[in-house]
Amino acid sequence: MDRRLQYILFAVWVLALASTPLWGSNYVVRLAVVIAMFTALTLSWNFIGGFAGYPSFSTAAFFGLGSYVGAISERAGIPMVVAWGLATLFTGAFAAALGAIILRLKGHYFAIGSIAVVEVMRLIISGWGSLTGGGDGLNLPIISGGPNVVTRIFLLVMTILMIVTFLITVYVDRSRLGFGLRCIQQNEDAANMAGVNITLYKVIAYTLSALFCGTVGAAYASWTGYIDPTDSFSIIMTIKVPVMCLLGGPGTVLGPVLGTAAFTLLEEVFWANFLDYNRAILGVVIVILIFFLPGGLLGLSYRNVTAGIAKLLRRPKAAT
Amino acid sequence: MTILVAERISRNFGGIRAIEDLSFALKEGEIVALIGPNGAGKTTLVNLLTGVLRPSSGHVRFQGVDVTAQRPFEAARRGLARTFQIVQPFPRMTVLENVAAAALFGGKQDSVAAATAVAREQLEFTGLTPLADKAASALTLAGRKRLELAKSMAMNPKVLMLDEVNAGLNASEIDGALTLIRKIAERGVTILVIEHLMKVVMSLAQRVLVLHHGQLIAEGSAHEIVRNPRVIEAYLGEKFARRFTLETTNGEAANG
Amino acid sequence: MNAMGYLQTLVNGIVLGALYACLAVGFSLVWGVLNIVNMLHGSIIILGGYITYFAWHSYGIHPLLALPAIAVLMYGLGYLTQLLVINRVVHQPVLTTMTLTFGLDLILYNFMTVYYTATPRRVTLDLGATNIGGIAIPFDRLLGMAFALVLTGMLYLVMRRSRVGRAIVAVRMDSAAAALMGIKVNRIYAITFGIGTLMAGATGVIFAMVYPVTTNLTGTYLGKAFVICVIGGLGSVQGALVGGIVLGIIESFAGQFFGPLHAMTVGFLLMLVLLVVKPTGLTGIKGYE
Repeated sequence: MDRRLQYILFAVWVLALASTPLWGSNYVVRLAVVIAMFTALTLSWNFIGGFAGYPSFSTAAFFGLGSYVGAISERAGIPMVVAWGLATLFTGAFAAALGAIILRLKGHYFAIGSIAVVEVMRLIISGWGSLTGGGDGLNLPIISGGPNVVTRIFLLVMTILMIVTFLITVYVDRSRLGFGLRCIQQNEDAANMAGVNITLYKVIAYTLSALFCGTVGAAYASWTGYIDPTDSFSIIMTIKVPVMCLLGGPGTVLGPVLGTAAFTLLEEVFWANFLDYNRAILGVVIVILIFFLPGGLLGLSYRNVTAGIAKLLRRPKAAT
Repeated sequence: MTILVAERISRNFGGIRAIEDLSFALKEGEIVALIGPNGAGKTTLVNLLTGVLRPSSGHVRFQGVDVTAQRPFEAARRGLARTFQIVQPFPRMTVLENVAAAALFGGKQDSVAAATAVAREQLEFTGLTPLADKAASALTLAGRKRLELAKSMAMNPKVLMLDEVNAGLNASEIDGALTLIRKIAERGVTILVIEHLMKVVMSLAQRVLVLHHGQLIAEGSAHEIVRNPRVIEAYLGEKFARRFTLETTNGEAANG
Repeated sequence: MNAMGYLQTLVNGIVLGALYACLAVGFSLVWGVLNIVNMLHGSIIILGGYITYFAWHSYGIHPLLALPAIAVLMYGLGYLTQLLVINRVVHQPVLTTMTLTFGLDLILYNFMTVYYTATPRRVTLDLGATNIGGIAIPFDRLLGMAFALVLTGMLYLVMRRSRVGRAIVAVRMDSAAAALMGIKVNRIYAITFGIGTLMAGATGVIFAMVYPVTTNLTGTYLGKAFVICVIGGLGSVQGALVGGIVLGIIESFAGQFFGPLHAMTVGFLLMLVLLVVKPTGLTGIKGYE
């Protein structure tokens, strides 16, 4: 897709989301906040999962860490936005340190390691009651103005985060870093031989994937006013985010934006109507995605879809 | 001028001594062949020289600098390039992008644009310009081998190590590869070729190193090492080696 | 804690470990042979548990009598799932296969939660406990351990002695070569996956006698399967056994010293450490050799 077209589409989408207070109900505005929030998360994941091709399931670890650092800081009297900054830095540093260790793993082992991090952090936070309130969770100072005003404030915040992560994505896509990450994704050993500092680049990608998850987590905590370990370190979230990216087109600039939009809107339609079965529907969406949209929506073409249907109908090829 | 020195390097894998107390030197601008029976440790040696493996003991010096503990990308950036027996392209990138990647990182170009320009030069040099926009995965084996060469050259190497660059090529493709290698040597690049084909060794190499069970058993000109009894024994085994030497000396005696 | 206390904790750990070995062995097999992480594993265990419970509760069928039937049912389920669904992604990257099995798991999980609700069910057999030299072992656990070991042992024999077993090992080592030898690789994949679900379902039956059955535990069991595979080594019965017993002992002691909540954390931390230090696990066996 032409670059300028991508930027225009993104700008239009941002305007659509940011303008919801002018034309939409409170429900629509809340939905816009959620979309902006998840777009930032998905764009972040794209650095490690899309560009570098490492199947990370760590999003919830960074989101959760950010939310707790933010919450604890705010409760200690630190101003809200500063608390968010602290959360960002702390999460980034954590990711850099963690990345240096687990990015040595490949494939399944990396994926499992990244999920294990989420679980371990959830368990540690749950157990460290004196600092984190344990399973009871933490309350944050309430922002004055009433829920509608607060929601509009956070629409602004999340939209800004969405724009920031998008701009970084654009920069990375066109830079040396992006080129190197793509080399790593296609053949890590060859990249090493071609002179790419693979360890450094992978750690940078992993850190970038974490940085704004921390910010989003802290902002989310401030918005909702209450966090607890299960919701902050949610396995469902840590799976949803990569799925959104896969849906839109991993490793691209617009893919995460498109995927998040499509997924969230789909989810709202079904969730609203089929509350009991929302997980099953998510599951079905995933299955359909894997079979019919191997390149995501951006990789969609008439040929892909008919090939997908043909595959489903005929017997599977002999595995070699 | 010595450019690359291996100083008593060894490499163990568990109980196996893959390379044992090996020392040799490469002089700037020369073409050296590395031969030896299968399993002798030729690829392991190249891996040790380019940072893929670390020597268990000993040192590697490149242009006087101790590079024993280097990592592969550092070797590439220093000018120590190598190709692989099983070629390793970036499959979904075009031929041009593949070479540009090497130029950008190993060749330390300033920008993607500059790297692409260098890449085009190297495609021209290796005759790959018509295939510039093809996906690397769509190339034939001979094409991929040329791509490896183009990528290596894009890194502006001082030493180039070619690991069985002719494996899987037919006669005319091999001739093409030989011409290319000579062109590279003319540019002043020091070349180390791992080869099985004696015709290539004889026509290219000024000096030959023979490896067997991880040890250097002979060093000299091509003509010298074919007559070296230890080399013959390594390839043919003791019994045949003795018979062969006997017959050859008898033959030479008969011919006067 | 005195020597007796340590011994009791150790024995508890070993008994637990046998159960854990049975839990992990099917998961390890699928991962080792098909290179697929089966996110459905935990849910299938619970499904086995639910079927056991309702057979017992509504029809008075003893779990151990229901075991063979449930095992066969689960095998069929797994075989079909592999053939129709998973086979299509078997050679795709990790992200794709893990996400797919996760998606399938969500569907199964949701239906179980809706159909059975998450209320814990227990098959209470009231068997009492046995006391050997001061060490108390509840009978239901002992029975569970016995059956777990029998099942695991049977699987080991199948892998070592039967034609199918050797074919599975061959496919694990080199699927292309196996195909050239005349092995129908797709069928082997389906059989392997079927065995994986069979063992999971059987584990569910055994666990139903010892633990509450609730969908809330699916994640926990899946997590334990991961940990055991990393600790013990992938793709072998020995690995699952070693990993299971090590985890059992660790959890038993960690539970004693830190409380049950932290027992799981210790297990996960150990897994993380091992992933970095020695991902092939304690046995280091990479496959069925």
